[in-house]
Amino acid sequence: MKTAEGLKEIIKPENLAYRKSSLITDKPFSYCPGCGHGTTHRIIAEVIEEEKLAGNTIGVCPVGCSVLMYDFLDLDIQQAAHGRAPAVATAIKRLMPDKFVFTYQGDGDLAAIGTSETIHACNRGENILIVFINNGIYGMTGGQMAPTTLEGMKSSTSPYGRDVKMMGNPLKMTELIAMLPGTCYVTRQSVHTPAAVRKAKKAIRKAVDYHKKGMGTCFIEIVSNCPSGWKMTPVESNRWMEENMFKFYKPGDLKVPDEGAPTGEKMDE
Amino acid sequence: MRLMKGNEAIAEAAIRAGADAYFGYPITPQSEILEYLMAANPFERTGMVVLQAESEIAAINMVYGGAGCGKKVMTSSSSPGISLKQEGISYIAGAQLPCLIVNVVRGGPGLGTIQPAQSDYFQAVKGGGHGDYHLIVLAPASVQEMADFVELAFDLAFKYRNPAMILSDGAIGQMMEKVYLKPQKQRSTSVPEWATTGKTSDRQRNIITSLDLDPYAQEQHLLKLQEKYRQIEKNEVRYEEIMVDDAEYLLVAYGTSARVCQKSIQMARAEGIKAGLLRPITLYPFPSGRINTLAPRMKSIISVEMSMGQMVEDVKLAVNGQAPVSHFGHMGGVITEPEEVLEYLKTKI
Repeated sequence: MKTAEGLKEIIKPENLAYRKSSLITDKPFSYCPGCGHGTTHRIIAEVIEEEKLAGNTIGVCPVGCSVLMYDFLDLDIQQAAHGRAPAVATAIKRLMPDKFVFTYQGDGDLAAIGTSETIHACNRGENILIVFINNGIYGMTGGQMAPTTLEGMKSSTSPYGRDVKMMGNPLKMTELIAMLPGTCYVTRQSVHTPAAVRKAKKAIRKAVDYHKKGMGTCFIEIVSNCPSGWKMTPVESNRWMEENMFKFYKPGDLKVPDEGAPTGEKMDE
Repeated sequence: MRLMKGNEAIAEAAIRAGADAYFGYPITPQSEILEYLMAANPFERTGMVVLQAESEIAAINMVYGGAGCGKKVMTSSSSPGISLKQEGISYIAGAQLPCLIVNVVRGGPGLGTIQPAQSDYFQAVKGGGHGDYHLIVLAPASVQEMADFVELAFDLAFKYRNPAMILSDGAIGQMMEKVYLKPQKQRSTSVPEWATTGKTSDRQRNIITSLDLDPYAQEQHLLKLQEKYRQIEKNEVRYEEIMVDDAEYLLVAYGTSARVCQKSIQMARAEGIKAGLLRPITLYPFPSGRINTLAPRMKSIISVEMSMGQMVEDVKLAVNGQAPVSHFGHMGGVITEPEEVLEYLKTKI
């Protein structure tokens, strides 16, 4: 075991392996340990910093676990009413067309109460990025069934598992969005392994690039975990996500821009 | 000078006032506002954005987004649509964003009728959505005022960082009158310090939110709002008086009902009855002080409204027992006749 003296030798600038983005504030995240929100915040902050976009970025956060996103990202941010972030972002972008405008929304926010705003903003082809965190549950309110809750999946409002005959089917929002002519880039990613984090970050970078070129709506779903809501450890939840969520919500690109546009490398390995 | 519908006057006045954006959704009896704006192509004229939203809910949240960038933005609707907007209006009030909301009122509750009414008074002046807040509420009584109040509403909204509402009705929205329009103003290029425009290194980040989970901090925020409302009540009360100086009978009416009552008091005077009219122009802040001052010398005070009697509650609070107060009016889209008001007034003599 290293002594404090010994550690001092290691803590040197040339040994630095990771530094948090300057766009992440010092406020401790309110997210549960092991949840994907923190990592997703980090890669968004990193891309905006690396692209030197902070002074030109306006974010819109939702109602849900990420309602306090403005506490963690050192950016100008508007907090939208539940489900309405795409409408809020529409106006920001229309009135400030030179800015990079993104929304950050969970599955309850985007796929239940905000379905209309989401579909219409994407169908109009608003030149914004929508980041959609899908963990199949309402996290902040305590683990209720979401539109994305899998068949048979237990939640506090489907305590015996989701019965699709009674409670309806899980909604593949990203597949719906990919059908809309207004969208230019629609992809499904995750942030549960280092490789997945790198790919998700690459997707955000592409979206920023398409945004700069004014190509239409970019939509990135991050299939994520909810250790607290799923009542699992972080490791168990990631394993469960791979075994169950990925079967129904298959990772990979659903839509990439056509010829003439910058072609992204295939994300799905 | 032009001959215009009230709805058209609002639309043209918005362009001329240098509005940055309008977001709306069709609903009778105010669809001419969106139609006029689309036809006028203000984006070519001034750069003003006009967008037909997918719903009233989306429209008011677009207003939130645009207002959060410090822009001069507005929406319009009629009663059922205004109900849909209430959550967004509450957020706008909580986040202290300036904007203009136009309600061309029709009869309710429910789908009600497309005919004019004044039954959204409570909703407009008492808050409307959830939480402790007020809108600044202007009540035009002519097509001219429909036009004039657009700029006034924007000015007040920005002065106090508070949503302002023009509370009109289907009659004033649809009727045609002469209107003098102001010359075109440039859209403002100044950016409020609180607006989200992208965080540059020379300032702290700007956050538009109505949320504070710490109850003590939330209470401090709400006390600040209350202080703002006291300032608005002190500075912004507007009303018009007609033949009030020697009046023994006072009618209190706004909007279309005030136009009706103007005729009623003329008819009363012709019969030797000393009747006068106090027309609140701001419904919030309400001219309570003036009504309180006038009350002791009145034999009777009548609140004339196209509702079951909503403003009459504020009139009673203002009069505070110094004179008898009653309500007269029709509901459901029926416009009160001047003769009916006079007949009712005579029952108080």
